[in-house]
Amino acid sequence: MPSELHKLTIAEASAKLRKREVSALELTRDCLERIAASEPKLNAFITVCEKEAVEQARQADARLAAGDAPALCGIPLGIKDIYATKGVRTTCASRILENFVPPFDATVIERLRAEGAVFVGKTNMDEFAMGSSTENSAFGPTLNPHDTERVAGGSSGGSAAAVAAHECLGALGTDTGGSIREPASFCGVVGLKPTYSRVSRYGVVAYASSLDQVGPFAKSVRDAAIILRTLAGKDPRDSTCSARAVPDYERALAGDAKGLRIGVPKEFFVEGMQPEVEKAVRAALKSYESIGASTVEISLPHTGYAIAAYYLVATAEASANLARYDGIRFGLRASAEDNIALNEITRAEGFGAEVKRRIMLGTFALSAGYYDAYYLKGQKVRTLIRNDFERAFEKCDLIVTPVAPTTAFKLGEKMNDPLTMYLSDIFTISVNLAGLPGMSIPCGYDSNHLPIGMQLIAPPFAEETILRAGDAFERTGAFKSR
Amino acid sequence: MNREAYEAVIGLEVHTHLLTRSKLFCGCSTTFGAEPNANVCPICMGMPGVLPVFNRRVAELAIRTGLAAHCTIAPYSIFDRKSYFYPDLPKGYQISQYETPICKGGYIDLPANGDSEPRRIRLTRIHIEEDAGKNIHGESASLVDFNRSGVPLIEIVSEPDLRSAEDAGAYLRQLRAILRYVDASDGKMEEGSFRCDCNVSVRKRGAKEYGVRTEIKNLNSFRFVEDAIEYEIGRQIEIVESGGKVPQETLLWDSARKETRPMRSKEYANDYRYFPEPDLPPLVIPPAMVEQVRASMPELPADRRARYVREGLTEYEAGVLTADREVADYFEGVLPGLKNRKSAANWVMTEVLRVAHDSGKALGDAVPPASEVGALLRMIEEQKISLNAAKTAFAAMVKSGKGAESTIAERGLAQVSDERAIAAACDQVLAAEPAKVAEYRAGRDKLFGFFVGAVMKAMGGKANPKVINETLRKKLAG
Repeated sequence: MPSELHKLTIAEASAKLRKREVSALELTRDCLERIAASEPKLNAFITVCEKEAVEQARQADARLAAGDAPALCGIPLGIKDIYATKGVRTTCASRILENFVPPFDATVIERLRAEGAVFVGKTNMDEFAMGSSTENSAFGPTLNPHDTERVAGGSSGGSAAAVAAHECLGALGTDTGGSIREPASFCGVVGLKPTYSRVSRYGVVAYASSLDQVGPFAKSVRDAAIILRTLAGKDPRDSTCSARAVPDYERALAGDAKGLRIGVPKEFFVEGMQPEVEKAVRAALKSYESIGASTVEISLPHTGYAIAAYYLVATAEASANLARYDGIRFGLRASAEDNIALNEITRAEGFGAEVKRRIMLGTFALSAGYYDAYYLKGQKVRTLIRNDFERAFEKCDLIVTPVAPTTAFKLGEKMNDPLTMYLSDIFTISVNLAGLPGMSIPCGYDSNHLPIGMQLIAPPFAEETILRAGDAFERTGAFKSR
Repeated sequence: MNREAYEAVIGLEVHTHLLTRSKLFCGCSTTFGAEPNANVCPICMGMPGVLPVFNRRVAELAIRTGLAAHCTIAPYSIFDRKSYFYPDLPKGYQISQYETPICKGGYIDLPANGDSEPRRIRLTRIHIEEDAGKNIHGESASLVDFNRSGVPLIEIVSEPDLRSAEDAGAYLRQLRAILRYVDASDGKMEEGSFRCDCNVSVRKRGAKEYGVRTEIKNLNSFRFVEDAIEYEIGRQIEIVESGGKVPQETLLWDSARKETRPMRSKEYANDYRYFPEPDLPPLVIPPAMVEQVRASMPELPADRRARYVREGLTEYEAGVLTADREVADYFEGVLPGLKNRKSAANWVMTEVLRVAHDSGKALGDAVPPASEVGALLRMIEEQKISLNAAKTAFAAMVKSGKGAESTIAERGLAQVSDERAIAAACDQVLAAEPAKVAEYRAGRDKLFGFFVGAVMKAMGGKANPKVINETLRKKLAG
């Protein structure tokens, strides 16, 4: 039995820890063993923090023994390598930060530490969160636990794969255009991107500041709710973070979907998408109707412009956010004759191809004479997309769509064609542009036994609606995750 | 070269540190002169993942400056990122304000001075931004000190309303006086807390079109500003006179060679790629905050100057005393209990400012407290001491740091007004000089001074001259 501890959900493990049926140390060791066994195949972690995790588990056990144990006390988690972790290197999967050890913790890391969570390691990702397959990692790609010839999705592919392979009970990702939801869908786990501003971004290495959002990966909707409760809330170090009170998300899991009005956008069932994906999502909608929800067709007419707008706004912000990697104060430093050459050579050697592509695209979008045509227009489209959603939510409480047009694709399949790769995020990107909460939950498998994800989207700060609906779907048993 | 045929058109961009204890976007100290990289944190070092948090005190100081310069305070302004690479700029962009500055419009009035009429110099804008660090170039390596990185600045941009180097100097002095009056800045150029970029062009007198302008960057003394502008005007006129075109470029002032030279193109960016800072919400200034700041504003230099003139000082005296808030405050600290404000003004302008100037120190550190100088002047008015005794006492007070009363007592500088003692001394002098007394009585009036001097000498220089005069006149007449 102890060898199966890693398969527990957070809710289950937390109950066992409290009852002292298992110790945090046993649970952590079990996950570390699982990591040791799985990593040669998956490469879900950039850095495994064995020593630190064991120490954290010991401290958690002391708290559990003292009866002072919050929900996440003693729970082994994977942390995307984009979060600043004091004393543990934070690489962002880039050569340029390969040996960067932050002197501070991200706010959410601080909060999880205060709860007594255990960090088993820093998970793999696309470099600087730029990508949809975790193939853009300087530390090699993460492979999909369901089929190791396929990608885990991205950019938070390491976190998704780690949870799917039970290397940890939950994980943190970040989502700028779908980077939590798409890998969650590809790996068959729950992935939640909260409303923009719901969770502090302090200490999260910035890709696109107006879109980046922190969120959890979990094996169940309940677990996602438990993690989110700890992450969310006002942070004096992030002035874009909302001061709105944080509800008890777990209590929102009422178990039903009665009276829920579900909007189904016609623009999200497009030609060229994998028919099995559409079939699985439509079947899930039927299940919802069977538990008291109603469905209504809605329209989000500007959906077709989302990808273009995203790649202007996100890359523009990225071009400035990544300017700090100049070889002067931290990270990689190339040898060069003068300051300007130092900057140029460091960046040429330190950044991968996709990062360079996006920095150039963003620099161009902001250049004198092009600002209005590109960056500003991108922002205007963003407003139109937000308005689309606002109108749609007059007719429904929740929107359900596929997460991605396909299930996990093969390694290398899209690496030479960035535009095709960008289309992987076609259903998730507009949610970031509008700042809304969105969640991916497993809803089926394709004929290759690859997981299919369903996306639930709600109005700003209506995470409770998403969690309640996701939990209700899980309880129907219409689909059982493997 | 016919310089008279040309007119210079000058606009200034002044950067000044604001007097806050902590930096613009983090809690680090702004103290000048700390060990290199002592006042830094992950935020002002631009580490991955950090975010800026706006220091509200900065808005208050910017509003104070804006109100003092008659600007419109924007109820809503945003921050922008200005991108360029320089090793001392940690994030690779500076957080600044581009299209929506916190203050718009406004003006600064220059008082009449010598030949020049009073002038009104319009302002374009005042905006908030963060300072960069400082590069220190050694022989084998360059080092960067980030203590200054993130220190709050305001940039005050004037319209091209200045016409000469002297104009520019007068404008800068007035601007610095205002900043110091409202406690927004200490205006210390030697610590880099007040820096200036100058936009200069020339045109034929009477022409409507502007000439091509050059920008002289980063001047950090009034002298350099005036010298650089003077040089640049001459250089541009020469180019135009010889049929050439002034190239639009960015220049540096070489103070050793006394000439401007173009910056290397790599030393400045052409395209700053401004866009709104996504990490900061808009800066919202409610009307109530503006009113609150307005209510706390001190009297401004122009108002104070006008009041001094109304109260009986000359334009010149009022101008000297109000040029610096510290001097004006000192002057007003001397006044209580004094009848003669003019002699107080005189004393401050001569004795006090001379000592301060010679010491090279700030006024407050160089001279005795204003209340002690006031006490000294009160003793003159009450005829307890002579003017000369007061000067001696003042010099002693500067050295010893002691008060007026004790200095006068210790040094025996008090004036003797005792009529009997003076009468006795007069009798003694007159008795010793019968021949001169006879000459005086025969009409040699000039001898009166001799008797006064002799009596004063006999009394060790401490007698009240007025009493000596009266007593001698009576006795010589009798």
